[in-house]
Amino acid sequence: MVKMIYQRIFLGLLTLVLVSVIVFGVIETLPGDPCTAYLGRMAQGTRLENCRQEFGLDRPALTRYVDWATNILKGDFGISLKRKKPVFDVILPRLRNTALLGLSATMLGVPIAIFLGVISGLWRDRKLDLWVSTGAIFAMTVPEFVTATLMILFFSVWLDWLPGIVTTRPDAPIMEFLSGIILPVISLSLVMAAHILRMVRTTVIEVMTSDFIQMACLKGVPYWRMVFYHVLPSALLPTINLVAMTIAWLLGGVVVIEVVFNYPGLGRLMVNAVSDRDLTMVQSIALILAGIYVALNLFADLLVLVANPRLRTMRT
Amino acid sequence: MLNHNVFQKLAIILMGMLNRPSGRIGLLLVGVHILLAILSPLIVPFDFAVMDFNLVMTAPSGTHWFGADALGRDVLTRTMLGGRQALLVTCFSAIIAVFWGGLSGLFLGLVGGRIDDILMRIVDAFMSIPWILFLLLIVAVVGTGPMVLIPTFGFFYGIPVIRIARAATHDVVARDFITAARARGEKRLTILQKELFPNILDVLLVEGAMRWSWMLLAFSSLSFLGFGVTPPTPDWGLMISDSRSIMSIAPWTALAPVVALSSLIIGLNLCADSLAKALGVDRAQKVPV
Repeated sequence: MVKMIYQRIFLGLLTLVLVSVIVFGVIETLPGDPCTAYLGRMAQGTRLENCRQEFGLDRPALTRYVDWATNILKGDFGISLKRKKPVFDVILPRLRNTALLGLSATMLGVPIAIFLGVISGLWRDRKLDLWVSTGAIFAMTVPEFVTATLMILFFSVWLDWLPGIVTTRPDAPIMEFLSGIILPVISLSLVMAAHILRMVRTTVIEVMTSDFIQMACLKGVPYWRMVFYHVLPSALLPTINLVAMTIAWLLGGVVVIEVVFNYPGLGRLMVNAVSDRDLTMVQSIALILAGIYVALNLFADLLVLVANPRLRTMRT
Repeated sequence: MLNHNVFQKLAIILMGMLNRPSGRIGLLLVGVHILLAILSPLIVPFDFAVMDFNLVMTAPSGTHWFGADALGRDVLTRTMLGGRQALLVTCFSAIIAVFWGGLSGLFLGLVGGRIDDILMRIVDAFMSIPWILFLLLIVAVVGTGPMVLIPTFGFFYGIPVIRIARAATHDVVARDFITAARARGEKRLTILQKELFPNILDVLLVEGAMRWSWMLLAFSSLSFLGFGVTPPTPDWGLMISDSRSIMSIAPWTALAPVVALSSLIIGLNLCADSLAKALGVDRAQKVPV
């Protein structure tokens, strides 16, 4: 098992290295570089050459990649020419805000999703299941910005209960975000809950029709005891991976929600950085988001490995 | 002979979808939207770009059923036209994505070995970068328009398809009927054509339907963020984005495109769902990537 864990960690690191190559490569092939973006219309002649020389952009791509990568390993993400600040200083408070948003959405969405998924899986095709499943399809399919817009319309324009946009500064203390974060969290957790719910429902149904549950039924195990001791452990195991994947997928959805609510997080920073061609910033954000994705999946895989006796005792 | 078979199969699939209420609703919604996208330039009541400053933010009325937006343009007209670009781009990109992703997945699944190992790591790496990043980047640098968006969407959304197609290939190759065909001494190409491909096609069809709906989601998100279509062209995502600043005065400018976009995406999803059930492909285990 230890060998498997090492293997998994190695694969995760390899993925990250590949991500850095891809991100660097894509940005390299697109026209323009940090200097043309920084100088704007003045980007021509000696001014451009001087700028490129100053920041070492005239060196071959491979040298620059190695340089960039080793600096990141040392914790130095470079300097954003556009924002005239170290990239890391800009990213850090926003990363914290996005983490706050994502964590709150996960804590709200996952328990609700698992509860509703188990209930509707157990009571398959009853009235409650139909309502929950239909609701889940709606929550899952309607784009985040649509639900978010509708929620702003209801809760802040018509009812005037909650603020529709966040006006807090990015580096404000966490307490100041609490009132503004409610609507973004709800709209984010809706989508997430819907995906997890559907998955939990199908696995519960699958497990309920499997042989060992029939066996338990025939043996006369009380219903709820059977649900808690036999159904849930095997039904919830695959959801660990799914939760990780859904959270990771949400990193994309977060971008849109942050823009809708004007929330000062990593996603909105990414959109802004792309709009004003702050390529150093874009590179770093991409790498950080991919790192979160890889870490979450790695964590989920290890958790499954530890929790699943079949894998734990497997000899490799 | 082959054509006959294809039509027969299509008819069977269609019947299977129509047998389920979700399939009926989904096909109806998607059908109406496609029809509207084709016919709307002929039947819209007003010009989509004409601004009438007497109409700025007027409420719905007899002549303007859904009112007018901040620039005095008819909301109904713009909503009717707003899905054309999205449908066109996502439909072609879905076909491209399934085609290239499916073929590469099939190839990798069959070849295996070191090439498979290396390329799958690259696929993993691509999948761990948020989907929206490259779309934003490419649109920001290269510009909008179907000619940029279709290949971009097609390429990036084809990557997860590789995984699915590869897994499906592995699944089928291990089955008995392939061994039987080998034992009969069939040629490789025949096995590929007659045994392997038809079985993977089902998975790919469902995949394509799903990708289509997710792409539509991504497309409208892009245009919501201002990276989709160029402004005078009406688009739902852009319309919703424009309506946000005037939401308290003129909420109808948001409602019409919201209903249109949601109904299309829900329709596509219901279609994909019932298609999966009709073909017997498991869908609920998927997460959009």
